[in-house]
Amino acid sequence: MSKHVCENCGSKEAVMRLTQIVNNEMSTHHLCEVCAAEKGIESPPEAANFPLTDFLSQMGEERGEAESEPDLDCSFCGLKYSDFRAAGRLGCPHCYETFEVPLRRLLRRIHGGVQHVGKVYLPPDPTASALEKRLEGLRRKLRRAVGGEDFEQAAELRDQIQSLEVARPV
Amino acid sequence: MNDFTAIPDYGLSWLEASGDHADIVLSTRVRLARNLQGHAFGPRARVNDRESVLKAFKAAVERTDSLAGSSLLLMPDVAPRARKILLERRLVTRDLLGDADGSPPLGTAVQLSSRDPVSVMVNEEDHLRVQSLLSGLRIEEAWRLVDRLDEDLGRELPYAYHNEFGFLTSCPTNVGSGLRASVFMHLPGLVLTKEIGKVLQGLGQVGLTFRGLYGEGSEVVGNFFQVSNQTTLGKTEEDLIDHLDRIVRQVIQYELHARQVLLRDARGVTEDKIWRAYGLLRYARSLSFEELMNLLSGVRLGLSLKLLPGLRVYTLNKMMIFTQPAHLEQAAGHDLPPPESDAHRAAYVRRILATEGEISGDDSGPGDPPSPTGSNGR
Ligand SMILES: [Zn+2]
Ligand SMILES: [Zn+2]
Repeated sequence: MSKHVCENCGSKEAVMRLTQIVNNEMSTHHLCEVCAAEKGIESPPEAANFPLTDFLSQMGEERGEAESEPDLDCSFCGLKYSDFRAAGRLGCPHCYETFEVPLRRLLRRIHGGVQHVGKVYLPPDPTASALEKRLEGLRRKLRRAVGGEDFEQAAELRDQIQSLEVARPV
Repeated sequence: MNDFTAIPDYGLSWLEASGDHADIVLSTRVRLARNLQGHAFGPRARVNDRESVLKAFKAAVERTDSLAGSSLLLMPDVAPRARKILLERRLVTRDLLGDADGSPPLGTAVQLSSRDPVSVMVNEEDHLRVQSLLSGLRIEEAWRLVDRLDEDLGRELPYAYHNEFGFLTSCPTNVGSGLRASVFMHLPGLVLTKEIGKVLQGLGQVGLTFRGLYGEGSEVVGNFFQVSNQTTLGKTEEDLIDHLDRIVRQVIQYELHARQVLLRDARGVTEDKIWRAYGLLRYARSLSFEELMNLLSGVRLGLSLKLLPGLRVYTLNKMMIFTQPAHLEQAAGHDLPPPESDAHRAAYVRRILATEGEISGDDSGPGDPPSPTGSNGR
């Protein structure tokens, strides 16, 4: 068996493999004993770095993106789309606007959709529609709490809903 | 707060082996990725970005009930070995600490609650990683804890949020809910009956990911697997955690069934494996990490099957964490190069088993388990 150097620390000899399956794609990382303990025992799940960058280059090839689209860069953080494709990480919140078109395609491929339906964040000065969405979310949570007979949480949620309904412009 | 290493179980309540199916599911983790408006994400953040994020976070914590009495550890101020201990206790990530040997970037920190098993990493890949780590299978409870903390912080902080894409994150695989829930499971029955491949494949088909440790051949190390949700956008947080919970409970049923098959068709071999594992742990003079994981797996199975009376799940959980390099070095008081650390690992395991791992009583089977030396165990 050929010897590998640990992919995590790059210094010690790899003696174990961490195997990960994301999107039905298997990725394997050769790790030394110390790094295997770090990642193989409970550890925070990480975003799938390697499959994502593979994904990105694959997508680019399919669409001939590299040639046909200009390499935009984000006016806030300066990240280029080609940087993103290489590293799989965006630079700042504004990147989501700069790269909206290709990102939307990517998000659909990764998540199967692009519309967030979870918790609604309320900025300090919320619009009426944000308030409405937030209320919707709280009501959904309330139904779940009642269904699970969690009356303490249900009471809390009712209070929250009430205070938002009062704040809502009529 | 820099002497936290003196507190033996600081941040380790997730090892306590409470919660549903704690022998099979060691722990549950739920985390939310959050970022603040107007600052570059972790990998592109400059020092002043990180410092403003930290400052805003600190101010928010002061106005937040759910973090009353918690403490903030600034990573650059924590001594190198203590940082490694935090890492080995799963309270911080290597990403937060930066380069292995350099000092962590300015502004990196972790806020640890003393009341609840929740913590917040500051200036990791995302500005905030709000997380909860609990013993056993407690996905709903872990979600509740992070949800509450996130609601509190969200009232104080200008989160980066998009009407369509939801909570914005450095990596697009986290965007939307920013929620990743994971469960760390011990599945020796499925591995020994060779059913594991099918089960893991099935997980992929229902939108979950898994990760496991293998030797350089194809053998599984320790029979531990971590299962988590794959997507974060387009489903509510409750749907994500309910789905994971449902599937994990199914996997537990498969595992329990596989164990029954083992006992039915290969009782003798299984019992022998378990007692050998116990014997080696009890008396070995040198243990590598891989060997330890495999032996702990055997003993853990024995405990689940009630073949090793008197042993506690907590003892086994603790051995996994306290036998990592920085913990051994902390106990020894000096650095330990690998051959030495294998000896220290074995010595630690022997000591713990002698004090809290004595097997009480004989199983009166055909085998001949080691007799308890004087004490009855616990
Ligand atoms: Zn390594
Ligand atoms: Zn940007």
